[in-house]
Amino acid sequence: MQMNGAQMVCEALVAEGVKTVFGYPGGAIMNVYDAIYKQDGFEHILNRHEQASVHAADGYARASGEVGVAMVTSGPGFTNAVTGLATAYMDSIPLVVISGQVPQILLGTDGFQEIDAIGISRPCTKHNYLVRDIAELPRILKEAFHIARTGRPGPVLVDIPKDITAEMGEFVYPESVDLPSYMTIPKVESSAIELAVEAILKAKKPLIYIGGGAVLSNASEAIRAFAELSQIPAVETLMALGVMGAENPLRLGMLGMHGNYASNMAMSETDLIISLGARFDDRVTGKLSEFAQYAKVIHVDIDPANISKLVAVDYPIVGDVKEAVEMLVSGLKGKVQTKQYDDWREILARYDALYPQSFEDSDEIIKPQWVIERLGETLGEEAIVTSDVGQHQMWAAQHYPFDRPRQWINSGGLGTMGFGLPAALGAKKAFPNKTVINVTGDGSILMNVQELVTASEYKIPVINVILNNHFLGMVRQWQTFFYEERYSETDLTFQPNFKALAEACHGIGYDVTTKEEFDMALKDAIEQDKVAFINIQVARFENVLPMVPANAALNNMMLPKIANPDKGEK
Amino acid sequence: MNEVRRVISIVVENESSVLSRVAGLFAGRGYNIETLTVAPIPNSKRSRITIATKGDERTIAQITKQLNKLIPVYEVVEHNEMVEKEMVLVKFPLSEPLADIEVLCEAYNGTIVNVGVDMCIGMVADEPCRIKHFIEASARFNPIEIVRGGVVAIER
Repeated sequence: MQMNGAQMVCEALVAEGVKTVFGYPGGAIMNVYDAIYKQDGFEHILNRHEQASVHAADGYARASGEVGVAMVTSGPGFTNAVTGLATAYMDSIPLVVISGQVPQILLGTDGFQEIDAIGISRPCTKHNYLVRDIAELPRILKEAFHIARTGRPGPVLVDIPKDITAEMGEFVYPESVDLPSYMTIPKVESSAIELAVEAILKAKKPLIYIGGGAVLSNASEAIRAFAELSQIPAVETLMALGVMGAENPLRLGMLGMHGNYASNMAMSETDLIISLGARFDDRVTGKLSEFAQYAKVIHVDIDPANISKLVAVDYPIVGDVKEAVEMLVSGLKGKVQTKQYDDWREILARYDALYPQSFEDSDEIIKPQWVIERLGETLGEEAIVTSDVGQHQMWAAQHYPFDRPRQWINSGGLGTMGFGLPAALGAKKAFPNKTVINVTGDGSILMNVQELVTASEYKIPVINVILNNHFLGMVRQWQTFFYEERYSETDLTFQPNFKALAEACHGIGYDVTTKEEFDMALKDAIEQDKVAFINIQVARFENVLPMVPANAALNNMMLPKIANPDKGEK
Repeated sequence: MNEVRRVISIVVENESSVLSRVAGLFAGRGYNIETLTVAPIPNSKRSRITIATKGDERTIAQITKQLNKLIPVYEVVEHNEMVEKEMVLVKFPLSEPLADIEVLCEAYNGTIVNVGVDMCIGMVADEPCRIKHFIEASARFNPIEIVRGGVVAIER
């Protein structure tokens, strides 16, 4: 069928099953926006900043598992989108981002709003395309979706010059892709599984170490069955919260820089790491040379480049986590003794009793951890929780009882402040009937606060819980510990009236200074059909603990004061 | 860790951005490029990029794996058993003895390829260590300019 390039873009999105596109128009992408005006195959959400469009598409993808789609114009539209691309890239989130480009006749001439999008985005996309011929457009769009969602997922950019979106061509959307140079999913080798099973049976202190890849691979059920069968304890990274389920007795907690005592001690003392879709990030390992010194390593990863990148691997298993874990389960069935690791779990239970994930509550001032626990008690499994980056993010990770994967949405790899609100919009678009909470701070929320307007216009009622300590809290915490309390540029005492700011954007605001006020505000916000700010004055100098100082060994933790010395031996 | 030198051949889709993807990967991840050559493979739509690099074993393994992840990369070969050649062109002033220069070039399987009014150009194609020795030996003839090509290699 004959149509112009802009229509081809719309037709391809419909063919891919896209329901929602997040974007912002501009000169070089106007042809596509004209085609969007004339179609009703998908909804377009007009964010108020291109960065937010990409984060929203990202939040949509993380919540639903589908490919998120964002659309931006050339030049500044594209450069604004780069942080969104990098955020998705670091966490392996499937996105297709379509950017306008100047007409081909102007390419390379420093034309108005021209920038080398392919050059800039190369290190922060899984792949990118500059379309040079209308005949290639359908194939490229097909490939973009295929590459984004297969193998180790990631964002793909399609940069389309304006003359291409205007040009007429024959549109036949390919049914399959022909990419002989692209490796998708390597098949798990059964010989590798056999070796791993043997190692597990021989181990005395094995530990399941779960990363974000387990979420991407939808492997939660398989991993729970694996742990259940083998009775091997498990730790989760920041990206894997929800895979085991908060109430699972085999779950020790989150490990890493702000992991709990038992999890970090387990990793320090294990003799066999069973890594499932994790990549040994520096925020997880601490000082690499002292990381898990007694452990052999089984590493399941879909990306061969992650194997032995940082930690030498004894039993590499390349492939999809879910498939590999299911094979491990079959291999272990009838062989593993359920009491085999009882002593090990007992040691870990003592560690957990010694320093449980805890905080000292107060009646005078709201502790940020209390807010998270209260949210968890009130909303539990029902809510989707997004976050920005900083102390609030870590408190949410430590204290919210995540029961299922894709319930917790945050920027782990890149650590992007300003991610939370637009990601919440995306998650709410994917699941309109779920309560979506963005746990944020008084620093982060201002880094995409314009999205209040988007939320109001499209009636996407997400609730922003602002843990307001009038500080750039995490940086302040480091300054307290490592810079002799020189609070260089982290004091945020001068700040907007958050309640009024929400109201100015047609939302609803609450100022909260007591626990009762918080309960009332949360209840009211859930009932209202409006985007909300719950601005909570919390203890200013509260620190996120435990904390492993940067480049210290994982078992070298700064711990909260109220441990239970009477409960543990040692 | 011990640094090793390694020659890597990369067979890629012959498209405009592919060299920047490969070079950008090396730059972004801090890998070394000692030499780089690229040319289309005859009778195909593919090109071969040959890179000589240095790094410890883990780095070399990472380079290979990361290259394999690039979408337009078909094949990455870490050469072990290979024939490896490099080319050099050297411009000498004719005030130097032409016969001696010719003898030197021939000793390294090369020849004089051009003689002008006041200079001559010698060309040698040989293994990289031999090229190094040739350049050292040619110093006595006061070369005006030395242009070295990158390594090309083929598995035996």
